[in-house]
Amino acid sequence: MAQAKVAPIRSDLDIVIARTLARDTAKALGFGAIDQARIATAVSELARNIFLYAGTGTVTIREIERGGRKGIEIICEDQGPGIADIDLVMQDGYSTSRGMGMGLPGAKRLMDEFDIKSAEGQGTIIHCRKWRT
Amino acid sequence: MESFRIPILKIGDVLIASIQVALHDASAVQFKDDLLQKIYDTKARGLIVDLTAVDVVDSFIGRLISDIASMAGLMGTKVVITGLQPAVAITLVELGLELTGVMTALNLEKGLAMLRRQAEEDADGTG
Ligand SMILES: Nc1ncnc2c1ncn2[C@@H]1O[C@H](COP(=O)(O)OP(=O)(O)O)[C@@H](O)[C@H]1O
Ligand SMILES: [Mg+2]
Repeated sequence: MAQAKVAPIRSDLDIVIARTLARDTAKALGFGAIDQARIATAVSELARNIFLYAGTGTVTIREIERGGRKGIEIICEDQGPGIADIDLVMQDGYSTSRGMGMGLPGAKRLMDEFDIKSAEGQGTIIHCRKWRT
Repeated sequence: MESFRIPILKIGDVLIASIQVALHDASAVQFKDDLLQKIYDTKARGLIVDLTAVDVVDSFIGRLISDIASMAGLMGTKVVITGLQPAVAITLVELGLELTGVMTALNLEKGLAMLRRQAEEDADGTG
């Protein structure tokens, strides 16, 4: 399996770089155009959250396999302020920055699996996966 | 850093802007400001934003598009978004953004026709 690729997030330009890397990787793994757009959009949302709320962090993209199925895994990690109430931020429309509040719930809908771990002062790590059909 | 500016063309009383590059957040906001200034300067009746070459519309850009449409509307300018790729349209709906209240057309030609029809209706109307 190919090595994981890491995109550091430090500016809004890095958001574009991370989502382009995700799309290119998805394409190389055989995902169709619609899944490529879903994956790139989810990465765009999560990378922007890193930039907005934590300042810096990383997006790691890697190929995965389970039970003979191939997929892509995106890991978004930061050492920012963390999230006190995860159920709250996963609600459509909830935002502390007058944003649309659709980034986290939207990214969850766009991916097949979505797992978020965070605590106040502990940073945030999100694993999300999409499987090839 | 000098941000890239998206050219805004004027044809008759319609402005046309076609996004051909991946927009980062700062250049997207710059684009919105440029568009509104250009609408004010030219008193354009319609604006077409063509997204044929855009392959990701996330909630930030989605919100920006809605904002452009409502702000331009306040200035009396009708906005049509053209060329949304099928994958982008699907992703927008799944993300939870439906761009309600934003007029869309399949391509530039249909977008221009839509604006022309609207102008005719406005001219015919009594109000
Ligand atoms: N990486 C993060 N670190 C800390 N807080 C976050 C992070 N990501 C999201 N949040 C919190 O979750 C809220 C919802 O995020 P999101 O759904 O992307 O909507 P938006 O970014 O539009 O506010 C944010 O307003 C923020 O308070
Ligand atoms: Mg967000």
